[in-house]
Amino acid sequence: MSVQAAAGRRAGAKSAIIHPLWVRITHWINAVAIIIMILSGWRIYNASPLFEDFDFPNEITLGGWLAGALMWHFAAMWVLVINGIVYVTLGLIGGRFRRKLLPIRPADVLAEVKAALTFKLAHEDLSVYNAVQKLLYLGVILCGVVVVLSGLAIWKPVQLQELTFLFGGYDIARYVHFFAMAAIVGFLLVHVVLALLVPKSLRAMIAGK
Amino acid sequence: MRKRRIIPGVDAKLLVKDAAKLMPDPARRLFLRGAASLGALTFLTGCDINDGFSAESVLRKISEFNDGAQAVLFNQNKLAPVYAESDISKDFPFNAYYTEDEAPEVDGKTYKLIVGGLVENKKPWTLEELYALPQERQITRHICVEGWSAIGSWTGTPLRDFLKRIGADTRAKYVWFRCAEGYSNTIDMPTALHPQTQMTFKYGNEILPVKYGFPMKIRMPAKLGFKNPKHVMEMQVTNKDLGGYWEDKGYNWFSGL
Repeated sequence: MSVQAAAGRRAGAKSAIIHPLWVRITHWINAVAIIIMILSGWRIYNASPLFEDFDFPNEITLGGWLAGALMWHFAAMWVLVINGIVYVTLGLIGGRFRRKLLPIRPADVLAEVKAALTFKLAHEDLSVYNAVQKLLYLGVILCGVVVVLSGLAIWKPVQLQELTFLFGGYDIARYVHFFAMAAIVGFLLVHVVLALLVPKSLRAMIAGK
Repeated sequence: MRKRRIIPGVDAKLLVKDAAKLMPDPARRLFLRGAASLGALTFLTGCDINDGFSAESVLRKISEFNDGAQAVLFNQNKLAPVYAESDISKDFPFNAYYTEDEAPEVDGKTYKLIVGGLVENKKPWTLEELYALPQERQITRHICVEGWSAIGSWTGTPLRDFLKRIGADTRAKYVWFRCAEGYSNTIDMPTALHPQTQMTFKYGNEILPVKYGFPMKIRMPAKLGFKNPKHVMEMQVTNKDLGGYWEDKGYNWFSGL
């Protein structure tokens, strides 16, 4: 076999990988951490609900009581943030975010929302994201940044008071934290349903291709 | 390791309305065990297997790690935001693990603050003597561990000035407070020396009412509300962490803001 052919085969094998290992590892660590954060966060929310008539059924929360929920929340926090920093750093410096998530054209988004709702969305090439996917993935990364920053703002409103101020003060930062969570939960529901509808996408996130 | 009983030993009588949300649900006492496998998956590394592995013990260790992280983050010179008169909350909430009519009645005439531990002058202080100390006023935000917050006006003497006055060894690690109702807690020395940590004698323009901790509370705008003891009867400067009411039940010890 010639050197060129071998190189070509390697390149071919490489391009068949949809999600490199670091994406898969950070994805699943993030999945565990974010679920712990959400479920324990719901219990924390219940201790002093922002909306008078709305709280989360305790049965679906994590921690059993406020102190337990806080322990989970402030433990998983480290996993979420450290893993998130690794993911965003590698995504930015390796060019994956730019390659996969940009550009996003509004016309494409509209066309693909329509295709999705009529079940005509193409899934031949999982390595290329459609405009709706790009928008959702970029959006959820931004929500992740907002949820972490607003979380810091309400955790440390004295030491990090400049950050709290940027969010409009302690009380408003609580709402920002809540709505960023709600957006992430919304994303998660769509994300999980679609992954189950297109099982090879789930396989790609586990096996890489 | 500090006391392990996170859930058992909670006095059922204390499960009153205001604190109910803070208390464990008796039906789910093994709250963390149920999720132990998930915890094991996530936090396995670095835990003490001999301790009888449970998510609870790992979470307690991480909470202690968070105490250290918060101590590092704590800047003694960073002042909590102060607010205008018009920002003061109209009905500053009463908050405790008992109801308002169960708040302890301390007799101001016979009251004497006990000071002890690593201090030179252990003479007890009458209320009259305490009121004669130089006083400052602060309008700051009280933030509860539950999430709500309220702005109040507090007047009293800075704890760091008092500690200096009684010849406290400020190289000691902790200050411990014992309260009339049986409450207690321990704080780190840097927070005790924070300029806004105050021995509070007045709420607004009035002598501190019973519901806010007569005759004295310790106001710490750099700590969560439950770290601000009311009805303080005794303080000790110490190198031993004597724990506290909520801390021993599982709330984070440092609880800095």
